[in-house]
Amino acid sequence: MLNTNRKKLLEVDGLKQYFNKGQKTEVRAVDDISFYIEEGETFGLVGESGCGKSTTGRSIIRLYTPTAGRILFDGEDIARIRSRAEILRFRRDAQMIFQDPYASLNPRMKVKDIVAEGIDLHDPAKNARERDERVYRMLELVGLDESHADRYPHEFSGGQRQRIGIARALALKPRFIVCDEPISALDVSIQAQVVNLLQDLQKSQNLTYLFIAHDLSMVKFISDRIGVMYYGKLVEVGPSEEIYNYGVHPYTESLLSAIPLPDPEYERSRKRIAYIPQPPGADAKLRAVAPGHFVYCTEAEATAYQEKRNKRVCS
Amino acid sequence: MAVATILNVRDLHVSFDTFAGKVRALRGVAFDLHKGETLAIVGESGSGKSVTGRSIMRLLAPTANIERGSVLFKGADLLKSGEKRMQAIRGREISMIFQDPMTSLDPTMTIGNQIMESYRKHMRASKGAARARALELLDIVGIPDAKRRFSHYPHQFSGGQRQRIVIAIALICDPEILIADEPTTALDVTIQAQILNLMKDIQKKVSTSIIFVTHDLGVVANVADRVAVMYAGRIVEVGRTDEIFYSPRHPYTWGLLCSMPTLYETGERLYAIPGTPPNMLHPPAGDAFHLRNPYAMGIDAKEAPPLFQISETHYAATWLLDPRSPAAEPPEVIQKKRRSLC
Ligand SMILES: Nc1ncnc2c1ncn2[C@@H]1O[C@H](COP(=O)(O)OP(=O)(O)OP(=O)(O)O)[C@@H](O)[C@H]1O
Ligand SMILES: Nc1ncnc2c1ncn2[C@@H]1O[C@H](COP(=O)(O)OP(=O)(O)OP(=O)(O)O)[C@@H](O)[C@H]1O
Ligand SMILES: [Mg+2]
Ligand SMILES: [Mg+2]
Repeated sequence: MLNTNRKKLLEVDGLKQYFNKGQKTEVRAVDDISFYIEEGETFGLVGESGCGKSTTGRSIIRLYTPTAGRILFDGEDIARIRSRAEILRFRRDAQMIFQDPYASLNPRMKVKDIVAEGIDLHDPAKNARERDERVYRMLELVGLDESHADRYPHEFSGGQRQRIGIARALALKPRFIVCDEPISALDVSIQAQVVNLLQDLQKSQNLTYLFIAHDLSMVKFISDRIGVMYYGKLVEVGPSEEIYNYGVHPYTESLLSAIPLPDPEYERSRKRIAYIPQPPGADAKLRAVAPGHFVYCTEAEATAYQEKRNKRVCS
Repeated sequence: MAVATILNVRDLHVSFDTFAGKVRALRGVAFDLHKGETLAIVGESGSGKSVTGRSIMRLLAPTANIERGSVLFKGADLLKSGEKRMQAIRGREISMIFQDPMTSLDPTMTIGNQIMESYRKHMRASKGAARARALELLDIVGIPDAKRRFSHYPHQFSGGQRQRIVIAIALICDPEILIADEPTTALDVTIQAQILNLMKDIQKKVSTSIIFVTHDLGVVANVADRVAVMYAGRIVEVGRTDEIFYSPRHPYTWGLLCSMPTLYETGERLYAIPGTPPNMLHPPAGDAFHLRNPYAMGIDAKEAPPLFQISETHYAATWLLDPRSPAAEPPEVIQKKRRSLC
């Protein structure tokens, strides 16, 4: 359901995020990527472990100062704001559900205070009772309950911690959420519950998501468009069905061929396509191979990709 | 052919003392692990999978109480073994990949030293030999440029890289039993496939028995010989992988299989099991699943079902299997899926 005249809520343009810049240990975690997310849209980001997905998300909500590039959020360049007050104001609108739930929860705080942190900061409750009520409501939305509110993070299972992180992010009622592996530690039924919740909130409040995940079946299910990253670069981007069915970049193909399916017979006979990394050509950039579908390649490669894609559509 | 058993877990009950009361995390977990097999444990978040693994390793929080049960390994009950014996076992005979890689890595120690540590301790290897072995494993688990990154600290790695370092540490001494708690959740599918193959190779080579905890049913279908399904501190169904996927018998297993996104078109609403997970401070009486079970009968609220045997290898704890119960069919989605496979 791509709506062509929605406004772009987020526009990332030429974003670079280097660590230890200029030193021997320099890591080019994100190396010149550009994409946009429309308001009310879910953009899925997938790619090899270590390719820079979390770094992209963290740069966007300004946990880092970008090395280069622009991050336009609702028209304002977030990459350039410096003061803490401005960053805090931005975070009312933009939140992140972190990949590592344990590391991102303060071990000395009770769950109810963790979830209420944002409420206290941005939209304080009138009294303790109202605060508790709001926290309980958030906990119930993610499949936890009142009895969990007075416990500490280490007293929870992995998936329960992940849901505390989700409740905390949602409590703030942001407009945009970076969901970094938000459901990987949950069983499929609770995954379904959380995904249904994210989609309901999206419909009712027009929320926008950057959804980072490894589970391609889920990414395809939840995303309007998907971006595929490899080694700090965005190598393919397009509508989710299009990428899932007609992804043509060799790395995308290897990813798609490795999705484990819940079917033992199929798994016994599956064939994987290995990806042998090739250095990109000099004039490589994102080029269209179909409407809205772009591949990082040279001009000559683009023609070949186009043919490959069209042949697959016809077969 | 008789199967050799390497580990027997019997009637394991574990609780935690908390501010709000006793959390009854395990309420009679029992299973056998066969030599050289991969047993997957799946189940609801909070159902006790990690606590089961940690109990075997005797690495529970100080607030935990092992109330009952036994864990037999090589003729001895690990629950009664002294700490000294456990230290010799951990990392050598039985090793565990913990669910949260960041908490099992020491943030103040370089990853090189962390990987070499257990090898030097258990194998009495020299520093040089340990370094060579550590670099070899880092290479195998796919950390590029391992030599240069040997002196980096955990926070300098991505989520999936940390997870692979933890995997390297667990495998370095070729353990007899590997307890892998969500070892590949932070990995993309291609690296995940590499790691799964690596585990299978090691298993073939040294006949490791693996307990594989995961939520990813695709991974289960790929690696498991048998599957155990947990709910509210108990194993409610166990069987060969084909039995669990193609003829599941417990209504919780049905609910789980119905929730898989592969069964739905974009824009549809995913099925989720109704209700919320049970509060383990006060686990429901009878069959703990009865409040959320559309197939529940009167007896479910009163009495916990025994494990009914379905085949030589397949068991499920649900009153639906009692001969006196009316016949119950699994949900349409699962049946359709089964038909589409024929
Ligand atoms: N603080 C840091 N210092 C140095 N290098 C870093 C730092 N944080 C991340 N990196 C490196 O940057 C690269 C990208 O990391 P990032 O966490 O963004 O990957 P990712 O795509 O999220 O991977 P995963 O799927 O494993 O979580 C990796 O090579 C990582 O080692
Ligand atoms: N230290 C602790 N103190 C109190 N309760 C605990 C503690 N550790 C675990 N629990 C509780 O024990 C139960 C089982 O937890 P466990 O970590 O084994 O779940 P799990 O099946 O591994 O779940 P997940 O899939 O979410 O990782 C949960 O209800 C959890 O809240
Ligand atoms: Mg990450
Ligand atoms: Mg766990």
